[in-house]
Amino acid sequence: MSNCEISMDEAKNILTAYIIGDIDHHNAKPVRDKIDNALYLYRPKELLMDLSKVDFMDSSGLGLILGRYTKAKELQCEFAILNPCDMVIKILSLAGADRIIRIIKEDA
Amino acid sequence: MSNTKSERKKPDNEIKIELPSYSVNENMARSAVASFIAQLNPKLSEIADIKCAVSEAVTNCIVHGYKDSIGKITISVKCYSDRTVKIEICDKGCGIADIEKARTPLFTTDSSGERSGMGFSVMENFMDKVTVKSGLGKGTRILMTKKLSPVMIFNPAEDEKKLNMSL
Repeated sequence: MSNCEISMDEAKNILTAYIIGDIDHHNAKPVRDKIDNALYLYRPKELLMDLSKVDFMDSSGLGLILGRYTKAKELQCEFAILNPCDMVIKILSLAGADRIIRIIKEDA
Repeated sequence: MSNTKSERKKPDNEIKIELPSYSVNENMARSAVASFIAQLNPKLSEIADIKCAVSEAVTNCIVHGYKDSIGKITISVKCYSDRTVKIEICDKGCGIADIEKARTPLFTTDSSGERSGMGFSVMENFMDKVTVKSGLGKGTRILMTKKLSPVMIFNPAEDEKKLNMSL
């Protein structure tokens, strides 16, 4: 059972991971595996994590985001997160990660 | 001050939850605490803070306390009349050797770079007070308190009167 879903989409060298639900320690691993597998398969120029449908995240989510940022960097891939909610930004800023990670906010 | 007073006082309401340390229970644990405190009409941001702090503490029991086994996690939540919420999360796992170190921001025992080491920092930042008691081989007890902000009462008649007076 999981209250977190992920779907991936690759187009024009941009890999987008759409995450829906809560990111906690239990849910982080399948999300991490899916993103990493796709990252090695497609070798995109850019990896985007769409967080517009994530309304809960704890420090495991922070680990997930920082881990993907590091992995993308290793593969010379640009990295950004899309539309994080205030709660996600609050967690990111605790570790100063909001200054390292590119955050894209689109108006709905 | 208000905290020490509420320590002696009887809580208005309380619950106790006991669950095995399966990671699938993390969601249940934080959601149960959130539903229980909803009766105090907390702000949405306060619910989010408490959910997150509970998630961190429960995850610690699962990942560290019961690293190689499945054990019992107990969660107790108490609400006081001054809107203080006290949450206690205990395990009977391996315990923490160096609490000071464990509480240091970004400290993690994980070498894969997948864990942020921010669990305790989240608890400390999102709650008013966090106390950690731990004994090697005995387990860990985390006590977190947060005083919720006063409830904003919606009273259109009163608001109109005030508005008329100021005009």
